[in-house]
Amino acid sequence: MQSSSTKQASSKSAAPLEVHDLTVAYTKRPVLYGIDLKIPKGSIVGVIGPNGAGKSTLIKAIMGLLPVSSGWIKVFGKPFKQAVTRIGYVPQRESVDWDFPVNALDVVLMGRYGRLGPFKRPSKADKEIAMSCLEKVKMTSYATRQISNLSGGQQQRVFLARALAQESDLYLMDEPFVGVDATTEAAIIEILRDLQAQGKTLIVVHHDLTTAPDYFDRILLLNMRVVAYGKTEDVFTFENLQNAYGGRLSILSEVALSRARKKFDGDTRDNVG
Amino acid sequence: MNRTGKQILFTLALLALPFLAHAAKIGEISETSWTEQAIDFFTFQQPIVRTALIGTLLIGFCCGILGSFLVVRKLSLLGDTLSHAVLPGVAMGFLWNASKDPWAIFVGATAAGILGVALVGWIKQTTHLKEDSAMGMVLAGFYGVGICMTTVIQNLAMGNKSGLDKFFFGQAAALSSGDIQLLGIISLITVVVILLFYKEFLVISFDTGFAQALGMPVKILHYALMALLTFAVVVSLQAVGVVLVSALLITPAAAAFLLTDRMHWMLVLAAVFGMLSGAIGAFVSYLSNNLPTGPFIVLGATSIFLLALLFGPRHGLLPKILRRRKQRKRIALENTLKAVFHLNENSQFTKRAFEAGKLATERNASLHETEAEIQNLVKAGMALRLDTANGTKMSGKAQFELTKPGWYRACEIVRNHRLWELYLTNAAQYQTDHVHDDAEDTEHHLGEDIVLRIEARLKNPIHDPHGKLIPNRDAIKL
Repeated sequence: MQSSSTKQASSKSAAPLEVHDLTVAYTKRPVLYGIDLKIPKGSIVGVIGPNGAGKSTLIKAIMGLLPVSSGWIKVFGKPFKQAVTRIGYVPQRESVDWDFPVNALDVVLMGRYGRLGPFKRPSKADKEIAMSCLEKVKMTSYATRQISNLSGGQQQRVFLARALAQESDLYLMDEPFVGVDATTEAAIIEILRDLQAQGKTLIVVHHDLTTAPDYFDRILLLNMRVVAYGKTEDVFTFENLQNAYGGRLSILSEVALSRARKKFDGDTRDNVG
Repeated sequence: MNRTGKQILFTLALLALPFLAHAAKIGEISETSWTEQAIDFFTFQQPIVRTALIGTLLIGFCCGILGSFLVVRKLSLLGDTLSHAVLPGVAMGFLWNASKDPWAIFVGATAAGILGVALVGWIKQTTHLKEDSAMGMVLAGFYGVGICMTTVIQNLAMGNKSGLDKFFFGQAAALSSGDIQLLGIISLITVVVILLFYKEFLVISFDTGFAQALGMPVKILHYALMALLTFAVVVSLQAVGVVLVSALLITPAAAAFLLTDRMHWMLVLAAVFGMLSGAIGAFVSYLSNNLPTGPFIVLGATSIFLLALLFGPRHGLLPKILRRRKQRKRIALENTLKAVFHLNENSQFTKRAFEAGKLATERNASLHETEAEIQNLVKAGMALRLDTANGTKMSGKAQFELTKPGWYRACEIVRNHRLWELYLTNAAQYQTDHVHDDAEDTEHHLGEDIVLRIEARLKNPIHDPHGKLIPNRDAIKL
């Protein structure tokens, strides 16, 4: 009795995600080397890096979708398999066939399946939760629409609603902003902030350097290894980005960076004042 | 859970039916006339008819359900691979005790099928060949081996050898009561497994990564589905044949896919279509004594698919053509209304009546065509004949007037046209001489909500880019 309560306490206080010396390889060619990571509760972490840096690989490794060559990953102090119900997942939109014969509500309901366990079917309550999740992403009127009849942004929102239906504590999102319209991008970021306010932890793979400093309070710069990780204002420096992108930084990104620096400088001045 | 239980009980009751059927041999079919045979078939007097029909129904049922998963997972070729790969196993099973023992053949065929699918996976993993190439090779390779083995067996002087050639194109009449029992068991297992794990199969088929993230045993579920498929293929061989069983897996499911947007309905429809195909095949094959069943089952399935393709309410070709024709009619009507509006506008809105001949000039069309268009307007209740005193005979001088709904619709179309031109020039930076053709098309497709948004965006404009009045809601109330 006592031991179980202390166990619970320890898992409650454990970091949502801890990665130690993680190496992942595809057919013996390593994609991620010696990753160390500890993500505190309630943060929104942007995972940023060039193409082929292993951003999606990291997410997939955390989800247990890929075999790990060495090192370990703990979610709330436990191996992934024991913490499954505490993790919500938004895969890349292109990873599924949108002609599949299901409607938006069916997809969102899938988020409830992890909690149902085998043999059980979704109940009325599950359907209500799924509908409320669709409402949060402003997709209620599309609930019975077949998913191929949705726009890219709407499809992404359905995926987000499905993750919300998982009612998890840690969310892993793989490029949720790719190919979405401005309205959807704003709607998604609003939901992410809302989740953060509820004390949830979010890890978001992101490709757009210009919006990264606005969206995330922590940034993980990745290029097969951890180039830099920490608070956005500490990590989002020209030097770090140059290191991560290996001199391939475009002018656009440089401008974005200088804008971001001004923003942070402004913030500190305001604080001082 | 309760619902699942009831469904299982119901299926159990259904599946008890085949055990009523008795053993039958091909030789029992006697030469009679076409109608007599049809009556014979539908009265189900003969045990051989019952056996064949129950057999093909169960086969269609299993193949329809399991094939649906192949279709939505884009694994259709896997059905083909599986069905061809089992042939060496059939031969081995036959060699076991030199007879058509259903269990020996089942075990042999299942083993060969699993070996074939495993080989595809192995080739895919160890080389950089893609899955389709691996499937194509395994399919042909195993089939070749199977043909060699069956030819050798048929050339051997074995007592019961005649049955083996039925495995190529199928013969429902060759189904024994043992086959039916086996079919019943496999159908039962299929239904129970699919009902119990429906949501798991749904998720792994739609989004394997997400299923894994939910903690589902993705690999076990995948292999379970493959095992069920192998079983279904193996038990179908006798009646449908190695060559065509894959069509029974894919075609009913493909027809169902055209008709519904929900997976569970697709499963139900595919099962019904599969059973229907099976019954058609059994019937035709029974009528024409010595013809194989497989081709007729597949022809039945293909006919169902063609019907779905032509008449399916959402994706069917015919409804599409009808919808397009209806839309073309509407656009023609709206263009006539627009022309009437222009006539009224030319008279500074002083004259509401218009002459058929004047409208023909405005439309740049013959009087004959215009008269037909006006008739359509009258039929739709959008225009009235004024000079009825002179009789209803049409002429260029015939006088008409738009009714209230007609006039409203005309104003709407002109508003859409001019508003869209203005939107293109002001908000999308088009040149004023580039916007007319686009507006000619768009005017017919703008909904009220979009119109309101454009009006708000353009701050309720009064004039179009060419200086003409945009008839707004207040102006419409004449």
